[in-house]
Amino acid sequence: MDFETFVFYSFGAILVASGLRVVTARNPVHAALALVLAFFTAAGLWILLEAEFLAITLVLVYVGAVMVLFLFVVMMLDLNLTKLREGFWSYLPVAVAVAAIMGFEMVTVLYGRSFGSQAVAEPAGYSNTKALGSLLYTQYLYPFEVAAVILLVAIVAAIALTMRHRKDTKYQNPASQVAVRRQDRVRMVKMKATPRAAALESKE
Amino acid sequence: MMAFWQGILGIAWTPVWALVKIIAIIAPLMIGVAYLTYAERKVIGYMQVRIGPNRVGFKGLLQPIADGLKLLMKEIVVPSGASKGLFVLAPMLMIAPALAAWAVVPFSPRMVLANIDAGLLYILAMTSMGVYGVIIAGWASNSKYAFLGAMRSAAQIVSYEIAMGFALVGVLMAAHSLNLVDIVQAQRGGVFHWYWLPLLPLFVVYFISGVAETNRAPFDVAEGESEIVAGFHVEYSGMAFAVFFLAEYANMILVAMLASLLFLGGWEPLFPIAPLTWVPGFVWLLGKVAFMLLLFLWARATFPRYRYDQIMRLGWKVFIPVTLVWIVAVGLVLQTPYRYLVH
Amino acid sequence: MNRIKNFFSSFLLIELLKGMALTGRQLFARKITVLYPEERTPQSPRFRGLHALRRYPNGEERCIACKLCEAVCPALAITIESAVRTDGTRRTTRYDIDLTKCIFCGFCEESCPVDSIVETRIFEYCGEKRGDLLYTKPMLLALGEQYESQLAQDRACDAKYR
Repeated sequence: MDFETFVFYSFGAILVASGLRVVTARNPVHAALALVLAFFTAAGLWILLEAEFLAITLVLVYVGAVMVLFLFVVMMLDLNLTKLREGFWSYLPVAVAVAAIMGFEMVTVLYGRSFGSQAVAEPAGYSNTKALGSLLYTQYLYPFEVAAVILLVAIVAAIALTMRHRKDTKYQNPASQVAVRRQDRVRMVKMKATPRAAALESKE
Repeated sequence: MMAFWQGILGIAWTPVWALVKIIAIIAPLMIGVAYLTYAERKVIGYMQVRIGPNRVGFKGLLQPIADGLKLLMKEIVVPSGASKGLFVLAPMLMIAPALAAWAVVPFSPRMVLANIDAGLLYILAMTSMGVYGVIIAGWASNSKYAFLGAMRSAAQIVSYEIAMGFALVGVLMAAHSLNLVDIVQAQRGGVFHWYWLPLLPLFVVYFISGVAETNRAPFDVAEGESEIVAGFHVEYSGMAFAVFFLAEYANMILVAMLASLLFLGGWEPLFPIAPLTWVPGFVWLLGKVAFMLLLFLWARATFPRYRYDQIMRLGWKVFIPVTLVWIVAVGLVLQTPYRYLVH
Repeated sequence: MNRIKNFFSSFLLIELLKGMALTGRQLFARKITVLYPEERTPQSPRFRGLHALRRYPNGEERCIACKLCEAVCPALAITIESAVRTDGTRRTTRYDIDLTKCIFCGFCEESCPVDSIVETRIFEYCGEKRGDLLYTKPMLLALGEQYESQLAQDRACDAKYR
């Protein structure tokens, strides 16, 4: 067993173990962290396949951004675990069916003809990043653009659905606060000093 | 010499040689971190008309060593109710990406541990991992202040990462490469060919986002000692606490290093003329890094801490639009005959 | 127009650069730190430090156990017990100052009709145990004897304002 195979199997083992932790962990934060580990080891496996651009993007997008927001939400939630577990047995048949279908699909893909092609060694100086870029922006330009537009629409829709302005909340507008100059707020007034005796008299 | 060792070690040569190179990067980095704390205290002291540490050793030069020894001797207290495994894991998760990012940082055209094609992306990916240390530390401490600090830090780092990434996109568009060595070599030819000039807004945005990303003043709301005592590391003591600080300062040096590589021409001399080219490139690089680090300290001595909503506004409503506009501008210029302006 | 001016001044970071110029200038300013154990700032003759009990030049202790200081002390740090001496004069048998309570307001000194209880210029004293900071009559008298010349000089300095 050479070094590469060893790395592959150890990464694979970590990936499977952390994947199992994601579904078995009782604490949702632990599950989210296990998912982070799973993403990271998957990125490691992709680097073994010399797909370094994809691997780094996986880390950058999923580990660096998506999972942070996931954790952010999961940590804030006060989850009631017993309530979550209530429906376990009633949902089990559906879950098992979905899992079986997914497993079947994976097996057919792995053993099907689509994966039969042999991996070709790339020539020296081959850049994975460049190849991906030229494919995305020439051959698959339209699908790529369409996907981008769909994502944009999804972003706008998500914001439009969730953004509600409550009338009774008070908030500060930093832009207008920053724009304030001293002249807008402070007025220097010149006044003649009042003699002490006169001031006392007027008081009485 | 090398052949001799190669002969002795045989198959173990490759890992041993890699380890030697890693140590050659990490050891000076750690010394740099130690003396950056000293420089920070001295510079901020001088700016506040004080003289800073001056008791331990000549002019206080042994102060960082004394601080390190003190922290080593102290007990690491694990709070009851803390999630123990994660509590210990958090400082490691903080420092590991901070050090791993150095693998692709070049110190001269040939002095680089791993000269990979997607070097810039790799660094972005590694620095984006650093936030886990903060989040896990805040959550595992089982303390309200720590948790608030972690939440603030998570939101802040995620939003500034976008602006930072866009700033770097401008650089790679100008240089036509993701490889750090190529980016530096694209800036050859004196101070006016460095990218800080054509990409000035991106340079400013990158530096400020870098300050925010490393949780340094004036963006240090994650620590916010005046309102949430010390934020995510309230519950840490001794060496675990020191590791957080090591990571923070290592990240500072990394941001300064990247700023000098991407925008200040790396190891290129100020002008490619005789007396300046005799100075080795490494010295130029160190000088630029030192200058960027001085800016970090200078900003800390000058500006009061941002309010949280203002931080968010700055990140989303100012930096991201600015970088987007400038990226489009760079892209347009690259399509015209004036492309020599940015490339 | 104003809006445009504001826009540019904030985008060109003019205010921030002004701030940095200020701190940058201070970097080279003369430092005003006093290196404490080696250098000291001057003290006022009215400095309120550690207490002492004074004696008259003939060696008789000044305190007449009138207990004004005990009454005026806002922190209740002074405890006095008195008795009649064989020569018929009233003197203290016990005069304790608990320095863990004392707030160094100087009221005891002001209230004293015979300038007996005074505050010296000493501010660097310490105790390893709580009890070390409970100063008794002999200790206070000893302090008074030790620093009498300085104390007399300070009182003389301040005499015309009292």
